[in-house]
Amino acid sequence: MKLTNLLTSAAVALGLAAGAAMADTTKVGFVYVGPVGDGGWTYEHDQGRKAVEAEFGDQVETVYVENVAEGPDAERVMTQMALEGADLIFTTSFGYMDPTINVAKKFPNVKFEHATGYKRADNVSTYSARFYEGRAVQGTIAGHMTESNIVGYIGSYPIPEVIRGINSAYLHAKKVNPDVQFKIVWAFTWFDPAKEADAAKVLIEQGADVILQHTDSTAPQAAAQAAGNVITFGQASDMSEYAPKPRVSSIIDNWAPYYVARTKAVIDGTWESVDTWDGIGAGMVGIGEISDAVPAEVKEAALAIKDAQANGTYHAFTGPINKQDGSAWLAEGETADDGTLAGMNFYVEGIEGDIPQ
Amino acid sequence: MDLSAINPVLLIASLMVAATPLLLAAIGELVVEKAGVLNLGVEGMMIVGAIAGFATAVESGSPFLGFIAAAIAGAALSILFAILTQFAQANQVASGLSLTLFGLGLSALMGQSYVGIKPPQMGDIHIPVLSDLPVVGPILFGHDIILYFGIALTAAVWWVLKYSRLGLVLRAVGENHDAAHALGYKVLKIRLLAIMFGGACAGLGGAYISLIRVPQWTEGMTAGIGWIALALVVFASWKPWRALLGAYLFGGVTVVQLNLQAAGVAIPVEYLAMSPYLITIIVLVILSADKSSAPASLGRNFHASR
Repeated sequence: MKLTNLLTSAAVALGLAAGAAMADTTKVGFVYVGPVGDGGWTYEHDQGRKAVEAEFGDQVETVYVENVAEGPDAERVMTQMALEGADLIFTTSFGYMDPTINVAKKFPNVKFEHATGYKRADNVSTYSARFYEGRAVQGTIAGHMTESNIVGYIGSYPIPEVIRGINSAYLHAKKVNPDVQFKIVWAFTWFDPAKEADAAKVLIEQGADVILQHTDSTAPQAAAQAAGNVITFGQASDMSEYAPKPRVSSIIDNWAPYYVARTKAVIDGTWESVDTWDGIGAGMVGIGEISDAVPAEVKEAALAIKDAQANGTYHAFTGPINKQDGSAWLAEGETADDGTLAGMNFYVEGIEGDIPQ
Repeated sequence: MDLSAINPVLLIASLMVAATPLLLAAIGELVVEKAGVLNLGVEGMMIVGAIAGFATAVESGSPFLGFIAAAIAGAALSILFAILTQFAQANQVASGLSLTLFGLGLSALMGQSYVGIKPPQMGDIHIPVLSDLPVVGPILFGHDIILYFGIALTAAVWWVLKYSRLGLVLRAVGENHDAAHALGYKVLKIRLLAIMFGGACAGLGGAYISLIRVPQWTEGMTAGIGWIALALVVFASWKPWRALLGAYLFGGVTVVQLNLQAAGVAIPVEYLAMSPYLITIIVLVILSADKSSAPASLGRNFHASR
């Protein structure tokens, strides 16, 4: 009897404490496609989550679920988060697009933020970074550095974001090295270290001495290091443990300022559905330090591209550019509009192979 | 399309590396199933072996110690399965599945502080003259020691199962445990040892991924190899050399399809991506047309009173 009483009162006390805490904290949920320890994409999103915690302290409570498969699983996880009282949910992979929209319909009072997608609703914002600006910097370095004139590219899924990156890197490599050739392998995964390592090894065996990756783990870096004279770029995160070589630079996703601002908007009650697409200039895309393995003049050229994009004087997709089939896309001096970029489903002229459909 | 970009020598050398984790896990499970036990926890034992081996190699600086630790860890996890199924008479399918789930969780916990660390490298063997031979050198004499161990293990398991008294007893236990018991063989003891052998092999396979094939630690890095090993044992009709063939075929087609993609061959990528599974299954199904069947007591629990 005594024990039961004790338990009951404890439960009541807990319930009260939880209720009191619920009243004035904002609960922010994060859905991740990989493990927080992937050292790449998900790692950086989790850094953003930690920044939110550091900024608001007791005002917010954050929760996250990692390794959530794109598809029905994602919908279940989001629903669970919304039922547990989340006020704001960040869904951080392209494949969560439809699940996010579906769950958002069921919970009109919960705010959703979907990364890299293009479907919005009254309570669903989208946000992404102009990674292609970073790819322009990488392409410049790759074009200068390659001796075999073969650049290997590990693609994840054939979605606009990845295709944009391939096109941007190719255009800028071609600009400084007309003989450059891209070999593209589609891994059909965001995260599978063994497969990514195999893909990198295959590309290296076929003569690539520069590896660009759009997958999330550091396995290609390790493969490049084992092979010796190959350079790579950190993807999503700095991957500086592989510097100064093979990793010579990187694209760093910096989500923290955005996550903090959006959480603040929810706390203040000023949240609105928006579409954010920021690049190097706004700080959402960072370029990791270019290591000493890169000659000074190449580094200078790369930084010039970076700065010109940051201050808006240069656009990575500036004409004349033809599509792969030779038809004209952008005229001399014309720059690509965001609509075309967001739905990009074609290679530019010079890239060999077909995009898987 | 530029097929000349594919170097067949490097291709064969790297398919052997890609196949080894699968081979190790499959040979271990083959012995377990020959003893009449169905352990679906291969994936879990592999991933625990991967992190145990990785952690030990990093802490001690010796990849070799890492592999030993991986084998021990895999065997230790399999003892859990053995206690549940052999002594507590739990359902083997359910116990095996939960072993996989447990292994994935446990490995993530153990691996918390090992993300982003580079393990010590295990050098490839180098035999003067032989390793420098063109073509044959890189294919036959330029690998790490564990790869050769995998092939030697296949040969040893084949010989033991086919020609030795130990193999005969093991098979008797797997075919009819009541008869084996009546003849005075210790069914539970033999099965326990077989399960531990399977666990150790799975652990080695996992460590091969984290220490040699990738090499680094990331959560969930075995990515389904354990399940493929399980399927391989069935399609190989419980015959060691066929398991080796299947593993090399699977590893081979995986590497070949990436090569074809990189060379720009005009086959849709989706077909290339499913080809390893498809080709391995087709070849092994054709081979297994000779009606070799599963061990008769596979998956059935044994209790001496019955």
